[in-house]
Amino acid sequence: MKYETQKVALPFFAVAMALFALQIVFGILAATVYVVPEFLAEAMPFHIMRMSHTNLLLVWLLIAFMGCTYYLLPEETETDIHSPMIAYVQLGIFAFAGAAALIGYQFEIHGGRHYLEQPLWVKILITVSFLMFLYNTSLTLLKGRKTAISMVLMLGLWLAAIFWLFAFYNPANLALDKLYWWWIVHIWVEGVWELIMASLLGYLLIKMTGVDREIIEKWLYVIVGLALFSGLLGTGHHYYWIGTPAYWQPIGSIFSTLEVVPFFAMLVFAFYMFWKGSRNHPNKAAMLWTLGCAAMAFFGAGVWGFMHTLSWINFYSHGTQVTAAHGHLAFYGAYVMLVLGVITYAMPQMRRVQPYNQILNMWAFWVMTSAMAFMTFTLTFAGVVQTHLQRVLGMRFMEIQAQLDVFYAMRLGAGVAMAIGVVLFLYAIFGPAREQVPATANVAADAD
Amino acid sequence: MGEGLTKAAARNIFYGGSLFFFLLFAALTVHSHWYIVNVSTDREGFTESVKLGKEVWEEHSCINCHTILGEGGYFAPELGNVWTRFGGRENPEGARAALAGWMRAMPTRSPGRRQMPYFDINDEEMDALIDFLEWTDRIDTQGWPPHPSG
Ligand code: HEM
Ligand code: HEM
Ligand SMILES: [Fe+2]
Repeated sequence: MKYETQKVALPFFAVAMALFALQIVFGILAATVYVVPEFLAEAMPFHIMRMSHTNLLLVWLLIAFMGCTYYLLPEETETDIHSPMIAYVQLGIFAFAGAAALIGYQFEIHGGRHYLEQPLWVKILITVSFLMFLYNTSLTLLKGRKTAISMVLMLGLWLAAIFWLFAFYNPANLALDKLYWWWIVHIWVEGVWELIMASLLGYLLIKMTGVDREIIEKWLYVIVGLALFSGLLGTGHHYYWIGTPAYWQPIGSIFSTLEVVPFFAMLVFAFYMFWKGSRNHPNKAAMLWTLGCAAMAFFGAGVWGFMHTLSWINFYSHGTQVTAAHGHLAFYGAYVMLVLGVITYAMPQMRRVQPYNQILNMWAFWVMTSAMAFMTFTLTFAGVVQTHLQRVLGMRFMEIQAQLDVFYAMRLGAGVAMAIGVVLFLYAIFGPAREQVPATANVAADAD
Repeated sequence: MGEGLTKAAARNIFYGGSLFFFLLFAALTVHSHWYIVNVSTDREGFTESVKLGKEVWEEHSCINCHTILGEGGYFAPELGNVWTRFGGRENPEGARAALAGWMRAMPTRSPGRRQMPYFDINDEEMDALIDFLEWTDRIDTQGWPPHPSG
């Protein structure tokens, strides 16, 4: 850590990780209802658990992206953060808004569009916080060196904020509502967030592999270009059956298939740079998360996304457990692992110690990643059976669900394993630092 | 990666190409907006009551258990075509009474079965909600879902 103000990232990471833990708690509650239907049926019905689970995910990922940005910017721009005070205030507003929304949900104070259930005033606070964040970071960027990594990252964040504004537009016509709802949800995860992902991966790779910046940054532009060229029109894969014109079937099928390409490129990028790199960085755990992120994002978004993206397949699988399977692995691989990688990389430097608790951290990696993979498999099986019975044979929904119990029980088991992984990770990161370095590491190398 | 491609060229392709695809996407969205308003949804039937019904739908966040046109929670049945499933196309009065009765009978409390909560919905809101579901059932969804089972 070369710049004092990089420390601003620490409270962002702490808040994000606390909300992550809470997200998993609500996930386990919701998964329990699938196994024991009476569970909390009257105290906390399923829809409350589910909106708590998904909203916590979005809120903590956004807070974590902000933390990553505050950590990365001083090094990239070679100047300190414009105002640490704005950063703390802005975090306070965001965390307060998120907590208020979460508490409100328990008392049935919520909107009715999924992922966007926050009451209007919470949405406004989130916007205010985001604008303060953009002001603070953009000024930092303007003052300093403008690398491709920092430019692409900031562009991704600005665009994320701009598309968020569609959350304030809720047409009374249901089909129009859906048309613009995807301008947030899809354009975020399969468009502008990929800019954030690719630039953070690029940053980690420059730091840990020692590969030349020129090469990494050229790749970066190619990857984010592929992401937006495919991802914008790829939104069409949500416009098949919601009252939109039929031309979205070919357009959505073709362009969303091409969305696999940037994820594949990120996979090749990460492994190629790792192989090419000369530096033997001591933070093995951070390297593992970096490579794991590229790999699992490729499977979760690329492979599991492609599985149901062609219109003639989606006609049958649309809105089944197949979608839930894909949503989990894609979010986990692309964005959760990314953030955990940056945190693993940054924490030793913020705590001013050599990389610590690495073995434990790597255990957390394997436990969490296997749990999510297993959960994805069980939901995929459940979804394929559901698709066949409901969409091909035309059986009734509730009748079919009764036959899927075994998959839902296994999903709950995977959820518990996930929770164990999270506890291991939190302890590895925030617990007492012990020199725990894998035997192969080159400890002498500089921890930069 | 191709030696011929410089970083500056890669950057320019990124900015130019993204702008191009964004404009294309925005233009198609404008057309789709027009198409939804004028072609695929029932313009005459889009009454104040349907609009109120959507608000009732949102107030209780039905979407976090049910899908509607395939989007939402996967915990409970698809409702985009529930009007058809309840026989509303043949017998609208019967379907209306059955839907209201169904919602008012919740929760069933039958053991081992997923429960839907009881929602406090007055008669006017209930009518509006059902108007909304009926209107939604008429949206031209390119033939989806494949079966009335949703
Ligand atoms: C990191 C990137 C991605 C994330 C985080 C992600 C996440 C999600 C989520 C959460 C949903 C469910 C949305 C809902 O509530 O209805 C979804 C739906 C979908 N995703 Fe992705 N996705 C990603 C990338 C992709 C890619 C690259 C493809 C295609 C190759 C794809 C194809 C689809 C399709 C076809 C659906 C609709 C499923 C349905 O009809 O029910 N996704 N995605
Ligand atoms: C303990 C681990 C977890 C459990 C038990 C769990 C359980 C659940 C359940 C039961 C649902 C509702 C699905 C439905 O409507 O039927 C859900 C939705 C969702 N969860 Fe999780 N979850 C867990 C972890 C995660 C993680 C780590 C992420 C992000 C990486 C995540 C992202 C989502 C998303 C995006 C949805 C909405 C999916 C959609 O609408 O397609 N969950 N989860
Ligand atoms: Fe998508």
